[in-house]
This record gives sequence, C-alpha cells and structure tokens, in this order.
Amino acid sequence: MKTDRRQEREEAAGRKAAMAALSHAPGERLKALWVQAGLPRDAQKLRGPETGLVTVRGRIGGGGAPFNFGEATVTRATVRVEGGAVGHAYALGRDKEKALLSAIADALWQDASRRAEIEACIIEPLRAEQTTADETRRAETAATKVDFFTMVRGED
Amino acid sequence: MYVAVKGGDAAISNAHQLLADRRRGDRSVPALRLDQIVEQLALGVDRVMAEGSLYDRELAALAIAQARGDMIEAIFLVRAYRTTLPRFGYTLPIDTAAMQVERRVSATYKDLPGGQLLGPTFDYTHRLLDPEIATGTPVAEPERREAEAGWMPRVSEILAHEGLIESDGELPEDHVTGDLTREPVEFPLERDLRLQALSRGDEGFLLALAYSTQRGYGRSHPFVGEVRIGEVEVEIDVPELPFAVPLGRIRVTECQMVNQFKGSAKVPPQFTRGYGLVFGQSERKAMAMSLCDRALRAREFGEDVVAPAQDEEFVISHSDNVQATGFVEHLKLPHYVDFQAELGLVRGMRAEHEARKRGDDQETREAAE
Repeated sequence: MKTDRRQEREEAAGRKAAMAALSHAPGERLKALWVQAGLPRDAQKLRGPETGLVTVRGRIGGGGAPFNFGEATVTRATVRVEGGAVGHAYALGRDKEKALLSAIADALWQDASRRAEIEACIIEPLRAEQTTADETRRAETAATKVDFFTMVRGED
Repeated sequence: MYVAVKGGDAAISNAHQLLADRRRGDRSVPALRLDQIVEQLALGVDRVMAEGSLYDRELAALAIAQARGDMIEAIFLVRAYRTTLPRFGYTLPIDTAAMQVERRVSATYKDLPGGQLLGPTFDYTHRLLDPEIATGTPVAEPERREAEAGWMPRVSEILAHEGLIESDGELPEDHVTGDLTREPVEFPLERDLRLQALSRGDEGFLLALAYSTQRGYGRSHPFVGEVRIGEVEVEIDVPELPFAVPLGRIRVTECQMVNQFKGSAKVPPQFTRGYGLVFGQSERKAMAMSLCDRALRAREFGEDVVAPAQDEEFVISHSDNVQATGFVEHLKLPHYVDFQAELGLVRGMRAEHEARKRGDDQETREAAE
C-alpha cells in the first residue's frame, strides 16, 4: 500500500518534470524533435488548443501575502490518444501547435510502453538544452560578480 | 433644437491609411521584424509588458511597432487586447528566492551570500554615445566564469535573523487577494491591491513620486537592500491534474527597499520595507515602486500624511497611464456643443460686466458733477 503511494508520487513527479521540459521548450525546437522522432500528430482534441490569460501572483516582500502583479498569455490543450490516455498541456505564450504536441506527449508519456520513447526523443533533449542554456547564462552572470579587494595605503 | 452632426468618415479612413504609410516610413529602409524588436529593444518591450500588465514579448513588440514606438499607445493596445482573452485562473505566487538570477546587487551588504552580480547593467557606463552601434560592428561573446552553486537568499532574510527588520508583509488569514481588474477600486486599499496598481503604474509618474520622497516630501530614509533580476518559474493549480502545472518562466525585477523607522508606541525602532516587483528587466520602475509602496504605508506606521507620495488616493488614482491618457487626450475630440454653451455663457457674463461698468462710470460722473 505504502509503496503504491510512493510509486504514484514518483510518477506524478516524473510527469510534472516532463511537462516542465515541454512548457519551457521553444515551440520550433519541440516541432523539430517531434518530426525527427516520427511521433504521431493525430489525437482527439478534447479542449483547445486555446489561448487565455493567467493572473501572475507574487508575494509582498518576496515571502508575504500574495498579490496579483500582472497577467500572462497561456495556451492550453487537452487531447486523447489511441489507447485512451488523456494528455494535458499548459504553456506561457500563444503557440497552439506547441500546446497540441505537448498534450500528445503528455498522453503518450502516461502509456508505460511509450514513456521511454517520449523521454528519450523529446524530454531528455529538451531538458539537456535547457540545462546548457541555464548554465551558460549563469556563467555569463558569474563573470560579472564583483571581487572586492582592500587597498593598503602607505607603509605598514 | 438639437441637431446631430455626422461626418468625417472619409477623413478618418484616409487618416488611418496615412498613419499606416507613415508608420512604415521610407520603403527603401527594411521593415522592422518583431523578433528584432524583442531582441534589440528588449527593455522597451519589458516596459510595455509591465504597464500593459500582460507578459507576452511578441505581443508587446507588435504593439510597439503598431504604435510607432509610442510607449503609452503600445501599452493601451496591449491592455485592449487582454480584455479579449478568457481567463484560466491565478498562478501560484512566484518564488523570487529561487530565481535564476541575472543581476543582483545590494547597497546595504558588501559580502552577502551569492555576492554582487552586476549582470547586463547600464551602471558604470560613461553614458557616451557609441558610434560602433551605428555601424553595426560585430559584438564579442560575453565572458564566462564558473558559477558558484548555492542558495542566494533575499537580503531581507539576512536582516530578519537579527530581528531588526519587519517581516514580509502579511495580511490576515482570511484576506482574499484583491484584483483591481475584477472589482472597482475603493479606498482605502489593502497593500496587495496597492502593489498591483503600482506594478502596472506609469514608470515616469512613480519615478517622480519616488524622487519627491527623497527630496523631502515624505522622507523615508531608503537603502536598496537588494535589486534582483532574473527568471522565475510560474505554476498554476488546475482541477484536471494532481500537481501544480509548470507554465514556463518569466523574467521579473524585484526590489527590496529598506527604510529606517524610528519606532512608535506600538513598534520598536527597526527597519521597515518597501517592495517592488515588475515584469521584465525594469530596475528603475521596481525601485520607484518600492519607494512609493513604503511612502503609501504612512498610515500603517502612524506617520503624518503630508506629501503627495503618501496620499494613496492621489497616487493610485493617477498612476495608470492608460486611464490618464484617455482622460487627457479626450479633450481633443469634438466638444463643439459644450464649447458653444460656454461661449454663450461667457458672452452673457461679458455683457453684464460691461453694463455694470457703464453704470459705475455714470455714477462716478454724476457724483463728480
């Protein structure tokens, strides 16, 4: 029983991580990987793809009570693929094809027999590229770190 | 008798065609692409997103192109567009402590964990025009250095350990987060609504008010505890999924202003805070916002409300540049009938005035005789 719940949690975490990689991906990159992997594009559209708004929240002082500080465009899609799995996608921006492919990817990911393929062909390359891009940015920022030194004046 | 006057259809249509022509300008000059605006006028795009209150770079770039670079017009276009979209909900609050930091400086601590990261700043440039930009000289790749792993706490967390600074702004447990895009604004406001208004407020207006507090109109002894710029994850809870869905990242600027406070009957002397949080890379706006936030907390701290920046109704009612431009600019639209009425009124008053003057003159003459 306990292991079941743990497995469920792990699966949810894996699915969320895959959805994160998809939502962060540039649409063009996802489309290119999709074509390269020869994955199916046909799925029954249950909702969308449709573009709407989310209100973005911050916290007063960084960690206090929430407040609304602006809105952002979000595109979402829900699909059903062969085999019956339902996939969802949400991502900032207005790229409907990206949302559609992401929802198909999410549906296929839930199919244990296809998960490895989706991970290997789509999620892992996207994640690797995002990690590299983040590391580059961090390294560029790190080069602008101030190294303080003390000037000693006169003789000691 | 009231006579409705119509006309100007052809003039309006031709004016808009002329606008399209002038917007495009000299046809021998290549047309701007939106990706060029997004990449190379990035801070203009950020301003339109912040004050348009809609995070979408391509839309902001389109608005800037359509508005011929008129920022307030572009902000207006973005605000109008957002009303056409359905709403999916509210995100979870972003966590700025987990930001992928691109710039982070503190004016209060030299050696804070994570260090001072200057990032892509205008600070310390000499403000000399650079002719190389005009000639399109290739630009070198930036330097890189191994980044230190590690948590970069917000400065407020460092001071909090000593108990010398107030905590992050809490509101009562049962407080429902206000949303000025949903309900009309009623004064006095809670701090959450004020911050929402300030975050979308006009940069110039808030900058001027912030400046006024420094010059003595509601002095608040500020220090920049921290400014940080970078990307944060955005997540939203949706009914169809058992976890918060990651939506991607947005770039924000956060400012923690730290203000000396001499204490009151209820509160011991300590540092108080003003907070700024703005879409995009927008340090000036975030700093101005945090100064205005602190000034507007005057009543909360029992300070005298003596300056414009401390007057909530004044600041919040006039901070929105779309509202402001709408009301100011409507004056140029036809007011023919209103003006005719005023003209009649002034003519009448003038006739009365002259009659009175003639009467007075006559009286003086009679008295003299």
